[in-house]
Amino acid sequence: MSPDLVKTIFGRLTWDAIPLHEPILIGTFGVVALGGITVLAALTYFKVWGYLWREWLTSVDHKKIGVMYIILAIIMLLRGFADALMMRAQQAIAFGDAAGYLPPHHYDQVFTAHGVIMIFFVAMPLITGLMNLVVPLQIGARDVAFPFLNNFSFWMTVGGAITVMLSLFVGEFARTGWLAYPPLSGLAYSPDVGVDYYIWSLQIAGVGTTLSGINLIVTIVKMRAPGMSLMKMPVFTWTSLCSNVLIVASFPILTAVLALLSSDRYLGTNFFTNDFGGNPMMYVNLIWIWGHPEVYILVLPAFGVFSEVVSTFSSKRLFGYSSMVYATVVITILSYLVWLHHFFTMGSGASVNSFFGITTMIISIPTGAKIFNWLFTMYRGRIRFEVPMLWTVGFMVTFVIGGMTGVLLAVPPADFVLHNSLFLIAHFHNVIIGGVVFGMFAGIVYWFPKAFGFKLDPFWGKLSFWFWQIGFFFAFMPLYVLGLMGVTRRVSHFEDHSLQIWFVISAFGAVLILFGIISFVMQMVVGFMKREQYADKTGDPWGGRTLEWSTSSPPPAYNFAFTPVIHEIDAWHDMKQRGYQRPTTGFIPIHMPKNTGAGVVLAGISVVVGFAMIWQIWWLAVISFVALVASAIIHTFNFKRDYYIPAEEVVRIEDARTEALRSLA
Amino acid sequence: MAHAQTLTEADEIRFHTTEEHHPENGTLLGFWIYLMSDCLIFAVLFACYAVLGRNYAAGPSGADLFDLPIVAVNTALLLFSSITYGFAMISAQAKKVKPTLAWLAVTGLLGLGFLSLELYEFNHLIHEGAGPQRSAFLSSFFVLVGTHGLHVTFGTIWLVTLMVQVAKRGLGVEMKRRLMCLSMFWHFLDVIWIGVFSFVYLLGVLK
Repeated sequence: MSPDLVKTIFGRLTWDAIPLHEPILIGTFGVVALGGITVLAALTYFKVWGYLWREWLTSVDHKKIGVMYIILAIIMLLRGFADALMMRAQQAIAFGDAAGYLPPHHYDQVFTAHGVIMIFFVAMPLITGLMNLVVPLQIGARDVAFPFLNNFSFWMTVGGAITVMLSLFVGEFARTGWLAYPPLSGLAYSPDVGVDYYIWSLQIAGVGTTLSGINLIVTIVKMRAPGMSLMKMPVFTWTSLCSNVLIVASFPILTAVLALLSSDRYLGTNFFTNDFGGNPMMYVNLIWIWGHPEVYILVLPAFGVFSEVVSTFSSKRLFGYSSMVYATVVITILSYLVWLHHFFTMGSGASVNSFFGITTMIISIPTGAKIFNWLFTMYRGRIRFEVPMLWTVGFMVTFVIGGMTGVLLAVPPADFVLHNSLFLIAHFHNVIIGGVVFGMFAGIVYWFPKAFGFKLDPFWGKLSFWFWQIGFFFAFMPLYVLGLMGVTRRVSHFEDHSLQIWFVISAFGAVLILFGIISFVMQMVVGFMKREQYADKTGDPWGGRTLEWSTSSPPPAYNFAFTPVIHEIDAWHDMKQRGYQRPTTGFIPIHMPKNTGAGVVLAGISVVVGFAMIWQIWWLAVISFVALVASAIIHTFNFKRDYYIPAEEVVRIEDARTEALRSLA
Repeated sequence: MAHAQTLTEADEIRFHTTEEHHPENGTLLGFWIYLMSDCLIFAVLFACYAVLGRNYAAGPSGADLFDLPIVAVNTALLLFSSITYGFAMISAQAKKVKPTLAWLAVTGLLGLGFLSLELYEFNHLIHEGAGPQRSAFLSSFFVLVGTHGLHVTFGTIWLVTLMVQVAKRGLGVEMKRRLMCLSMFWHFLDVIWIGVFSFVYLLGVLK
């Protein structure tokens, strides 16, 4: 075939794109392929494909979608953490004559992939998953406002994750750092596919995130049970609402700025180039107008989890409910007024830097109020140190340290010294691990029995907590020290041997965290093995206070046989106090949305569009894009989207629950 | 505190509904929120134009390039299409299928007219050597106006889809809701265009 024809058919894709010369990647590919084939073979052997397709992949049930988000996050956590271990190992050994085992072009991909995966495909699916699982139950709803859209959003997130994973074995990932600043990420300095993988994976996942944000806002605004005024909503629902408002108000900016970068790369425009009037700092400003709210998108739901956990395990109502709500709202608003603190060194002048420095420091006030509220909730409470409570206490200690280093960085002159140093790296890992990760783990352990009907193994849970907690301090406190000494981020080789000991300590911490992750998975495995022993038949294993604990574990597809009516903030606690009797008769048919495979199909085609665009296979891009639009249109012709669960079915499920509760009494 | 008092009324307090509960339909709210998110995308593009719009890189400026009469016709087409969409909605409320379809068709034709003129303008500029690669001003101009044009294109595809569905299914609650969503979308694009017209074309020619 002529080279022109090959180029027309395959675009930029050639055999060179397969990294046969990189033993690390070939090894990884072997493991992933082997694991994948084993899983697929097992699924076929046990004949569960049909079950999986009908009950999970096409499900519009918010609980199942929530669980699938969390599974995606845990899988991607393993990938993202493997990247982290590789970086720690490289930095611990690459001193002087020792070059380490990662060449710079590979190391640069590793730190970029680590950041992108951890934020977009671990932290985001964790919070979206938990919100999906819990919010409808907390507000007494049957599902979210747009159940199909929810399924579609999930699959778009998966599509983004698949695109990132593809870059590992076909071509390469960006070597630009996780925000892909131009001009480095522009065509002139990154002509190959790495940045395109970055752009398309984020664009595909971004569609899902934005839509799921809209979905959850409408769910919370429109579908609360009768009597649940805004100021009677559980705090987790409040933080979810604010977090989703932030998603809808910031992700479009990311979409737009990445589209502009694509336009520079594909059409040759001059938005962020150094010549023809372009301005790279436009990109930096815009991406942080998304990026700073993003931080609060992640941490607000974690704050919500801690609020639920601390009041449940202190057996008290939350201290200062209203101040908690106002603090959340104030943080939501302020999170838009601080973006420039990420680049004080841009040199926008003393007044501008002072403004953003001061707004940044002000955020610590509502956040501090929250910390005090949690402490006062614990004060004189009957505290049970179960695993979720451990994560919460660990969070309070760790996060306060991270918050204080944050206030330090908010001082522009200090920032000029510490900008882009390992001090910054230590700071944001301090707040993201101490805040978001601990919060999500607390939430997973806390709500796991609700989703599956049995508790996780507490021994491995506690082990996981202590490994993470201690490992965190070992891994990141040395980075604060190194940062103060002036070591910058994203460096794969050092000359000064006196620094090495700190990197070795840090690598040791990363190994402890590895044990933490293994223990985290083990608590699920052991919990599953001992599920009879840990079974929860009551639906309320922790003495919960909010509505999700009033239904069975796992809840029936319809969540509540009758829509609850709310009178108090802690609705379920109130019901228990007043001797509420669960209805056992008079059940009626329940209106529910139908499952659909459209989400899987649309997201699958989107990945093809992305792949074709990355490799510039234009014919495939055109065909798949037309197919995408056509499938979306065909889906709108499907008007049979709902059905009724017959009353007899409801009676059968509810009678079984009545029986189970009676056998406990 | 309030507990002691209300405990005595415990039997009167209901903790669940006994009949089917109908939460409010959230489609229109959801669509509004989507439009606001779309508005942010345009906000970014307008911001880029505001920052980069004078960076001509020794190339042509708006005053050299813009042909206001064409833009005026274009604006008129789009604004009239909003009015005709309004007429379609009035017919839809009255459950008259044929007038609804007719007004939707007129709206779609006006939309296509708008798109053709815009394509003509783009083509003309590119042939004059004032393509999107020429300067940051032209990059931001083409992408802002082009994104609006892409929206109109998808709006037109959506409009045709809804016409087929209205023809097949009449004007039930569902179809009216869909027409309402597209209506909001169409008017939203009008509002954006007024911004484009004022800030890009009028100010660009003033210079």
